[in-house]
Amino acid sequence: MPRSELVRRENRAGWFFVLPWVAGFLIFTAGPMIASLVLSFTDYQMIRSPRPVGFDNYRALFDDPRVLKSLSNTFVYAAMFVPLGTVAALGLALMLQRVGRASGFFRTAFYLPEMTPAVAAGAMFLLLLNGQQGLVNKVLGWFGINGPNWTTDPNWLKPSLAIVSLWTLGGTVVIYLAALNGVPRQLYEAAELDGAGPVTRLFRITVPMISGALFFTVITNTIAAMQMFDQAYTMFYGPQQKAAASEESLVYMVYLFQNAFQFFKMGFASAMAWLLFVIILGITFVQVRIGNRYVYYHGER
Amino acid sequence: MTIPWRRLPFLVALVAATFLFVYPLVWLISASLKPRSQVFDNRLIPAVFQPQNYVRVWDAGPVMRWLVNSLTVGFMAAATVTLSSALVAFGFAYFRFRGRNLLFGIVLSTMMLPGAVTMIPVYLIWNRLGLIDTQIPLWAQNLFGSAFYIFLLRQFFLGIPRELFEAARVDGCGYLSMFRRIAFPLCKPALVIVFVFEFKASWSDLMKPLIYLQTPEYFTMPRGLKQLIDAFALSGHYEWEIAIAASVIAVVPMIVLFAFGQRYILDGVATTAQKG
Repeated sequence: MPRSELVRRENRAGWFFVLPWVAGFLIFTAGPMIASLVLSFTDYQMIRSPRPVGFDNYRALFDDPRVLKSLSNTFVYAAMFVPLGTVAALGLALMLQRVGRASGFFRTAFYLPEMTPAVAAGAMFLLLLNGQQGLVNKVLGWFGINGPNWTTDPNWLKPSLAIVSLWTLGGTVVIYLAALNGVPRQLYEAAELDGAGPVTRLFRITVPMISGALFFTVITNTIAAMQMFDQAYTMFYGPQQKAAASEESLVYMVYLFQNAFQFFKMGFASAMAWLLFVIILGITFVQVRIGNRYVYYHGER
Repeated sequence: MTIPWRRLPFLVALVAATFLFVYPLVWLISASLKPRSQVFDNRLIPAVFQPQNYVRVWDAGPVMRWLVNSLTVGFMAAATVTLSSALVAFGFAYFRFRGRNLLFGIVLSTMMLPGAVTMIPVYLIWNRLGLIDTQIPLWAQNLFGSAFYIFLLRQFFLGIPRELFEAARVDGCGYLSMFRRIAFPLCKPALVIVFVFEFKASWSDLMKPLIYLQTPEYFTMPRGLKQLIDAFALSGHYEWEIAIAASVIAVVPMIVLFAFGQRYILDGVATTAQKG
C-alpha cells in the first residue's frame, strides 16, 4: 500500500473515532454558545419569538441590585470555602502521610461524604446547623460558645454554605495525599542534614513540590464555587422562599436559574451566564498567571 | 507490636477529623429511626425506635419510582458516557490525524466553560424536540462523550504499548476491533472509574431534574427529596423525620457503591490531578 493511502486511512479512522465528540460539541456546546450570545441581546420570554434589545440586558445586569448581591454573595462564599478548604485539606493530607498504612482507612472515611448527594447533605445540615437544637451548636455549647442561628441569621447563611462544602473536601485530601507521596524522600533527608526545621521543610520543599496539585485544586474548586447551586437551592430556595431572609444566601447560579426557569427571562439569564463566564475566565487567568510563577512541575517538558 | 508513639498525636487528630466527616452520616441514620420529637436529641441509639418513618416516606411520595428513575438515569448516563468517551479518547490517543492537536485543545478548553452558558439553548433544543418532562435530556448528551473523561481515558490509552496494536494490525485486525479487543479490555480499571464518577454525578444532580422534569412520577431521588422538603416548607408542617428517612434512602445506594468500588474510586480521584 502506498504511504499516502496509509495516511489517508489513518486520517479517516481518527476522525471516525472522534466524530461523536465533534458532533456533540457542535450541537451541545458551540451551537448553544452562539445561541446564548445571540439570546443575551434579546428579550425572550418563550411565549413570543426573541425580540432584539441591543445591550439592554447587559445594562440591566448592573442596574439589578440582586445580580450584584448574588455576585458578591458568591465571591464571599468562594473566599471562605477555597482558602479554608485548601489549608484544611493540606493539613489532613500531611497528617495522613505521617501515619503510614493507617492512612488508607482515614482516606476512605474522609471521602465518604463526597458520596452524599448535595440535596441530602443540604437537608441534613439544615438540621445539624439548626440554631436552637442543632448538634453543631450543642457541641459548641460544651465549650461555652453560644452558637449562632446558622440557617436563619442573615450573617451566617454563607458560612453555613461553606461548612456544608467543607464537609465534602475529601476529594481534595485524596489528591494532596497522592501528590505528597510523590515527593522524593531524599529531599527531606538532605534538608534535615542542612538543619532545616519542620516549618522550613514544609514551605521550602513540600509546598513547592506539590504546587501542581495545589494549583489544580485551587482552580477547579474556585470554578466550582463560582457555580455553586445545589446546596444553596436545597437549603434556602424553592417554592417557599422567604424573600427577606434569602437575600444573603442568593448565590449567582440560583438567581440565574430563577431568571431562566421561574421568571422565564431567557435573554436576561443568558446575559447573566456570559457575565459569569467572563468572570470565571478572568479569575482563572489571574490564577494561572500567578501560578506559573510559583508552580513547579516534576516532569517539566 | 510496638505502639508508634511518634505517630500518636497524628492518629488522635485524624480520629477526631474522621469523627467530623463520618458522624453526620451516622447521626442521619440514627435520626431517621426516631420520632419527630426526638430527632434533635443526641442519642445515637434512639430511645424510641420508629422505623415506621420509612414506611411513611413511601406514603409521602412515589419514592420507589424515584429510586428506579435514579438508577435508570444513572446507568444510562454512565454507560453512554463511558462508551462514547472511550471511543473518542482512543481516537485522540492512537491516530495521528490532521487537526488532532487543535481539536484536543478544544476538548480541554470546554472543561472551563460554565454550564450556565449553554444551559438555556440546550433547554430550548430539548423543548423543541418535545422531550421536556422526559428523562432523555438527563443523559442523552452523554452519547457524545465528555471532555474530562476523554482526557482521563486518553492518558490510559497512551499507556498501552503501541506494539500491541501494531501486532494486531499485522494480524489483520481492523481499527474498531483493535479498540474493542485490545484497548477497551486493557483499560477496564479506568473505564470503571469513569462509570462510577458519572453514576455518582448523575445520582447527585439536582439542577437538570429541576429544569427538565415536572411530573413527580419522573423525578429522580434528589429531585424527589427536594419536593418533599418543599412540601413541608409550604405547609409549614415540618415532618423532619420523613425528610431524614428519605435522605438516608438517597445516600445509602451511593455508600454501597463506594463500599464495593472504593479502591478504584480513591485511586481514580488521586490520579485526576497527577495527569494534569
